[in-house]
Amino acid sequence: MKRFIGFVKKEFYHIFRDRRSLFILFGMPIAQILLFGFAITNEINNVDIAILDYSKDATTTEIINKIAASNYFSIKQIIDREADIASVFEKGEVKAVLNFERNFSKNLITKHKATVQIITDATDPNTANTISNYVNAILQPYQKGLNKDVTIVYQIIPQTRMVYNPELKSVYMFVPGVMTIILMLVSAMMTSISITREKELGTMEILLVSPLKPFQVIIGKVFPYIFLSIINAVVIVMLSIFIFNMPVQGSLFLLALESILFIISALALGILISTISATQQTAMMISLMGLMLPVILLSGFIFPITSMPLPLQVISNIIPAKWFIIIIKGIMLKGVGLQYLWKETLILLGMTVFFIALSIKKYKIRLE
Amino acid sequence: MKTIVYIIQKEFKQIFRNKGMLPIIFVLPLLQLIILSNAATFEVKNIKFGYIDNDHSSTSRALIEKFNASTYFDVSSRFSSEKKASEAMLKGVVDVIIDVPPYFERDLLKDKHTTLGVTINAIDGAAAGVENVYITQIVQRFNQLIKIDLGQTSDKQFQVSNIETIPLFWYNETLNYKTFMVPGILVLLVTMITLFLSGMNIVREKEIGTLEQINVTPIKKSQFIIGKLFPFWVIGIGLLTIGLIIAKLIFDVPMLGSLILMYFYTSIYIMVILGIGLFISNFTDTQQQAMFIAWFFTVIFILMSGLFTPIESMPRWAQILTEFNPIKYFVEVMRMVMLKGSGFMDILPQLLKTILYALIMNGLAVWSYKKTN
Repeated sequence: MKRFIGFVKKEFYHIFRDRRSLFILFGMPIAQILLFGFAITNEINNVDIAILDYSKDATTTEIINKIAASNYFSIKQIIDREADIASVFEKGEVKAVLNFERNFSKNLITKHKATVQIITDATDPNTANTISNYVNAILQPYQKGLNKDVTIVYQIIPQTRMVYNPELKSVYMFVPGVMTIILMLVSAMMTSISITREKELGTMEILLVSPLKPFQVIIGKVFPYIFLSIINAVVIVMLSIFIFNMPVQGSLFLLALESILFIISALALGILISTISATQQTAMMISLMGLMLPVILLSGFIFPITSMPLPLQVISNIIPAKWFIIIIKGIMLKGVGLQYLWKETLILLGMTVFFIALSIKKYKIRLE
Repeated sequence: MKTIVYIIQKEFKQIFRNKGMLPIIFVLPLLQLIILSNAATFEVKNIKFGYIDNDHSSTSRALIEKFNASTYFDVSSRFSSEKKASEAMLKGVVDVIIDVPPYFERDLLKDKHTTLGVTINAIDGAAAGVENVYITQIVQRFNQLIKIDLGQTSDKQFQVSNIETIPLFWYNETLNYKTFMVPGILVLLVTMITLFLSGMNIVREKEIGTLEQINVTPIKKSQFIIGKLFPFWVIGIGLLTIGLIIAKLIFDVPMLGSLILMYFYTSIYIMVILGIGLFISNFTDTQQQAMFIAWFFTVIFILMSGLFTPIESMPRWAQILTEFNPIKYFVEVMRMVMLKGSGFMDILPQLLKTILYALIMNGLAVWSYKKTN
């Protein structure tokens, strides 16, 4: 035990001696969560649009004013010819063009129908679709105003309640995701590098011939990083509560336990990576190239998992980050306890055990 | 010149000798391109839907049948009470609950209007908004149907004035996400591989101590740097080529613009990334530090590139920051050239900024690289 403590001490010295890495280790997550918490949103507003108005009458002017007044759009250009639409799109200046037909007011009065085309640059399908929905949403009250005298019979009126996030803030969606990504990558990267580093520099041999048992060496190497990651997690949770006003509806204690579990599983994954790679370069490339995009894309951080094709939904189950994101959202936003999250917790626990068992099996105590 | 060729040869040999790295450089990115491009969709479908029917009337059944028939909703469960329904939502079994109140049909016939309770899990605010639109649309269509069913549609009464909106989705009529995401994800993969490899390369020689050996040879600074970076430039272009073939063959992404323009832009872009990599290399002592810094910038570049979330929605200061993001320009150019067929003049602003960026980064990198300690 005494030997082990000595070894852990050595590891702490190693880490604290490298001031630059330490600074990066703590500075980066803070910078990232601040930056992303404020900047990333999949709400769509201030979309640049252009207007192509063939009528230029009272009705179209009124509609255009309504659109200009909304937060969703800002009118960048007025164009006169249909031929210009392609060129404004190709330059990427606007995302949509509203094209009012000729004699708009007249048609509305005589034919009871007037047409406006919403031409969107659908290379970004999400924005295109949303723009079209927003324009409709702006036009609807205007239409109702036109039809004041007509009574509409038989109405089912949906009364919608948005629960857990009534203001539809995208911060609620992204802060748990960013937190997960930071913890996952930092933890996995740190351990995988620190172990392969000893291999590459040749000092692993020295550790292997020491009286410490192999698993003591591993645990001793990982231990300081558990400590550092916990500090990171605490800082991130504090930032999300005090700066982004994220609620913690559930138990803070449970959140802490779950975070520790997730950190350990990420560290275990890092150990696994280090056992299968010979050089730091390989270890880093696996933990960066292999983890970054799958964690961002398949964890439900940005894209809803239920919308993915079935095979990907199945694959997403092996991403530990997915389960942790469900857990954080559950505790912070829904306020549920372990009786609702036991399944996710068990899965994370199982993954951790699996990673550790596999690493022990793969860990080579002999030299090549 | 001969010296450079030898260094390049040495570098290539080193890359191809490391059998562990080869699959990471070539197979992993392409595998990710093929698999992950399918994941990146904001489409909201297969919504987990549950309902409570307190009315048990033909109207309520007909309404729920409409949700059942919609491809967006995945009607999974029926709850006997509100308590059970909200419990299911807490568990994450359902995301949308429709609550049909008692006397739903009677009120509709007698008072001509009635309410319908809708509860949406709004943690993903954007998805919740879309779900709300879908529900409103289904209910509205259902309203129209009852009018017709009950024979209330005398023409006079319904002479409503309509502003008809016709959405036209240019360049991507079917709103296919893959054509949008594949070019972007390809950009990310090319960037990540070239940045990580170049960022780690020189610092590795530093860490192992072989850099000193090279420093005492008569190789010039510029020769050494060109020799070091050229192989990664080749790898980047190679990855782009295979990625484009995959995009065409597997995802059938349209390629309207000129391929030459795409390669021309990419070859300059990779120089920006290599310059950044070299710069990081110069200012770090260990591979660990280099990687952390490279990782820090990559995550920021990726999430602020407009690839996954729109730049226009960011606050003003963040939009200004994205001007320094090379990935942003590459994503824009790839999408413009591939999907819209934009020409040289259209991408000129991005091209000029990228060239400037390349000059500055490489200038800084060469300037900060020292042969002596």
